[in-house]
Amino acid sequence: MSVSIQQEDFDVGAVMAEMRATSNNVGAMVSFVGLVRDLSYDERVENIFVEHYPGMSEKALGKIIVEAKQRWDLLAVKVIHRVGTLGPNDQIVLVATASSHRGHAFSGCEFIIDYLKTDAPFWKKEVKNQGQEWVVTKDSDVQRMQRWNRQN
Amino acid sequence: MQIDLLYFGRPGENLKLSHETVQLPAGINTLGELLAWLRLRGDNWAQELTETRVRCAINQEFAAWAAQIRDRDEVALFSPISGG
Repeated sequence: MSVSIQQEDFDVGAVMAEMRATSNNVGAMVSFVGLVRDLSYDERVENIFVEHYPGMSEKALGKIIVEAKQRWDLLAVKVIHRVGTLGPNDQIVLVATASSHRGHAFSGCEFIIDYLKTDAPFWKKEVKNQGQEWVVTKDSDVQRMQRWNRQN
Repeated sequence: MQIDLLYFGRPGENLKLSHETVQLPAGINTLGELLAWLRLRGDNWAQELTETRVRCAINQEFAAWAAQIRDRDEVALFSPISGG
């Protein structure tokens, strides 16, 4: 499965080794790993809670991957998104792409994480000492996603 | 018309509800009308379920407030998404 939504942590090295083994044509692999930061708008974050819409989240990520594969020559794609309670420095998300050439691997990876931010139904709640707060879609994330429409 | 209603993110937490099956009265045919109808449930609902605070999906696809609801649809209401 190229999409995995899970509570458990993931091993980036193991995922990349798996992607490397998919084909002798793999000439480049790119991985993006998103982490929990301990600061949000200068307030200290104790932990975050990640929720998703089971069924729709897998479907939405699958659609994003299909579109990425139509735009670039990707030999393998893996997306892992963690859910549940996570602490500072924990890994939240992995997007990994493999291609014959680095340009395709870089662009495909960036496209997928940009679209994940605006099109996949996940929600983050930050637990701070001042209280709890659901994070909303950032304008900067929407702008990053829209860039891809202008480029092609 | 009967639908499954799911709640995620802030509305799910504040309304203390993740899932319910509801029977819609006649005249409730769009998402906007559904939202207005749910707001009649009380202050908490009126405050939480405004068109600016909530986003929506029908059968696991994002949908606009003018979208039509059909019998047995799965409708989800949630705060703006924030994954990754």
